[in-house]
Amino acid sequence: MELSGGEIVVQSLKDEGVEFLFGYPGGAVLHLYDAIFHQEEVKHILVRHEQAAVHSADAYARSTGKPGVVLVTSGPGATNAVTGIATAHLDSIPMVIISGQVGTPVIGSDAFQEVDMVGITRPCVKHNFLVKNLADLAVTMKKAFHVATTGRPGPVVVDIPKDITAPNIKIPYEYPKEISMRSYNPVVKGHSGQIKKAVDLLLKAKRPMIYAGGGVILGNGSEELTAFSRLLNYPVTNTLMGLGGFPATDKQFVGMLGMHGTYEANMGMHESDVIIAIGARFDDRVTGVLAKFCPYAKIVHIDIDPSSISKTVKVDVPIVGEVTTVLKEMIDLIKASDIKVDQTALESWWNQINKWRDVNCLEYDRGSKLIKPQYVIEQLYEVTKGDAFVTSDVGQHQMFASQYYHFDKPRRWINSGGLGTMGFGLPAAIGVKLAHPGSDVACVTGEASIQMCIQELATATQYRTPVKVINLNNQYMGMVRQWQEFSYESRYSQSYMETIPDFVKLAEAYGHVGMRIDKPEDVRPALEEAFAMKDRLVFMDIMTDRTENVYPMIEAGKAHNEMKLRVAPGTPINRELA
Amino acid sequence: MRHIISILIENEAGALSRVAGLFSARGYNIESLTVAPTEDLTLSRMTVVTRGSDEVIEQITKQLNKLIDVVKLIDLAEAVHVERELMLVKVKAAEVYRDEVKSLSDIFRGKIIDVTSTSYVVEMTGTSDKLDAFVEALDEDAVIEVVRSGPMGMSRGEKGLHL
Repeated sequence: MELSGGEIVVQSLKDEGVEFLFGYPGGAVLHLYDAIFHQEEVKHILVRHEQAAVHSADAYARSTGKPGVVLVTSGPGATNAVTGIATAHLDSIPMVIISGQVGTPVIGSDAFQEVDMVGITRPCVKHNFLVKNLADLAVTMKKAFHVATTGRPGPVVVDIPKDITAPNIKIPYEYPKEISMRSYNPVVKGHSGQIKKAVDLLLKAKRPMIYAGGGVILGNGSEELTAFSRLLNYPVTNTLMGLGGFPATDKQFVGMLGMHGTYEANMGMHESDVIIAIGARFDDRVTGVLAKFCPYAKIVHIDIDPSSISKTVKVDVPIVGEVTTVLKEMIDLIKASDIKVDQTALESWWNQINKWRDVNCLEYDRGSKLIKPQYVIEQLYEVTKGDAFVTSDVGQHQMFASQYYHFDKPRRWINSGGLGTMGFGLPAAIGVKLAHPGSDVACVTGEASIQMCIQELATATQYRTPVKVINLNNQYMGMVRQWQEFSYESRYSQSYMETIPDFVKLAEAYGHVGMRIDKPEDVRPALEEAFAMKDRLVFMDIMTDRTENVYPMIEAGKAHNEMKLRVAPGTPINRELA
Repeated sequence: MRHIISILIENEAGALSRVAGLFSARGYNIESLTVAPTEDLTLSRMTVVTRGSDEVIEQITKQLNKLIDVVKLIDLAEAVHVERELMLVKVKAAEVYRDEVKSLSDIFRGKIIDVTSTSYVVEMTGTSDKLDAFVEALDEDAVIEVVRSGPMGMSRGEKGLHL
């Protein structure tokens, strides 16, 4: 089969089984778009801004485990994609981003719409390629998918000059079935000696904690994690990225840890004597101040990326390998081991944890006459029976969603954890809905974040993706306002917008349903009504308590046991306070 | 502590900037860097001299290994090794300095590889310390120009850094 460069790219996507290509055309990719025009297998989703193309494809990947694929033009198309690429990079999401480039003869001449895409994206991709010869194109596409999806996943950029895709130059096409790269051989199996050491340490623990992150989800290790945790009956905490990796409604689950984690999770970490970190990377939002992090614990760390180990926290037993493979091996070893868990110690540890649970750190004022954002998420959880895909933007609403929506399954909670990209939520919801048309998809957002990619309401109209936008509208950049309240004596510098659009009219202008809710008693019926409209995007503008803050909170420079709580432990909540 | 990291890397456009970019992005320091293709033209060998605590050096080697183009690397400081640096020094060699520079160069086993009526170019190889010592021994006013390759090295014995 003889194909042009443009056809080779499209054919390689078919050979990779790509369903959706999220993109936006432009000069440098016109040959490619013409090749797309001649086929129907790979469905192109036309976004309204390149950043959104990357977020949509990214969320498609997060919710399915398959790589997300993007096509953008050179210059501004490429630079607009960078925020999305960095978002995917920090959360290790498998993606292939194809960018057009000016023709090879004019590269480096400051040609129209030329940027050095390989140079610009170098620090925020797993790898990138500039294709200078047509003969290298197919194998480069194969390498891109291979690198993106194996080992610790990540985004890979393939920058293709326009002349490489020219329709009149055709070469024989053969897509490699397998590829091996001498410089890239990710580890799969963990070191058996280390695994044995870890298991011995774990079985001798008196105050153990299982701290599991996004790696469990990326590595499809939820089942193994659950089996492993149940076998030991140890408490489990998840990172923001790990939510859903262990069922949130399980009695062993103590909630999320870190800056806005639960009292029981953070206290548990602080007092623990043996911690096993599984596919988690000791992010600064998890550890708090490093000098005071888990002072009594020996730490086991399983990660597929050697550079994640002992990067910020020195660990005692490092294990480099795939989460599933290592956990399976551990389960077998635990079952066969002569060492028995000290059940008396474990019982008193659980008693201690339950005392911390009794603090009820996520309780809030349920008697308020204003809509509490926490209440909205709780109602969303009930109305969707805990089974929706929830995407979020970044800020207070993101934390409320992570705290009050209890994810029992992996790949249901889709958020920008590492980069913290406002504008992620709506395009992400569209990507998820395309992948799961039969499922409920909610985008939990705020009036500030949603405006960063609001144009995607048009994409949602065009491709009929009836997601539900839950806009927690407190008329502030809530998280910025909260920090200003705590650390800047409530000087609310620029965290308030003078003009907020009428979101109901805006939704209607795009052909959607808009709702405005401003009374607590209307929240539940409105949610039910919205989710009953299976074929419509519903934009729910929910006016929430403007002063609500996210608790608990570990402030800068503090440790896990120095959380700021809504109320001191033991103090009853004043339900009269409105 | 000073470390010499030898890297075998795919000889592809942009490979150098991946390494240099990694050092600057993560705030590691580079004292010197040399790079050239090896006997296998698809591979380049890069030598980076850096300083840092054991933890920092561990991260540097892990991060370098994570670069897709890096095939193999070795921290030469972990074992006995030999290292050499090449230096060219252009010195004034008019009447006053002419004999002095020649004899100093001989003592340091340098070679004079360019001669004019007023200048020499001295070629010298050795450890960085030796090259420092030669430059220091020269009269400051006599030195016109110095160019150094940065150190490169190899482990001693049979074992080597190869595919």
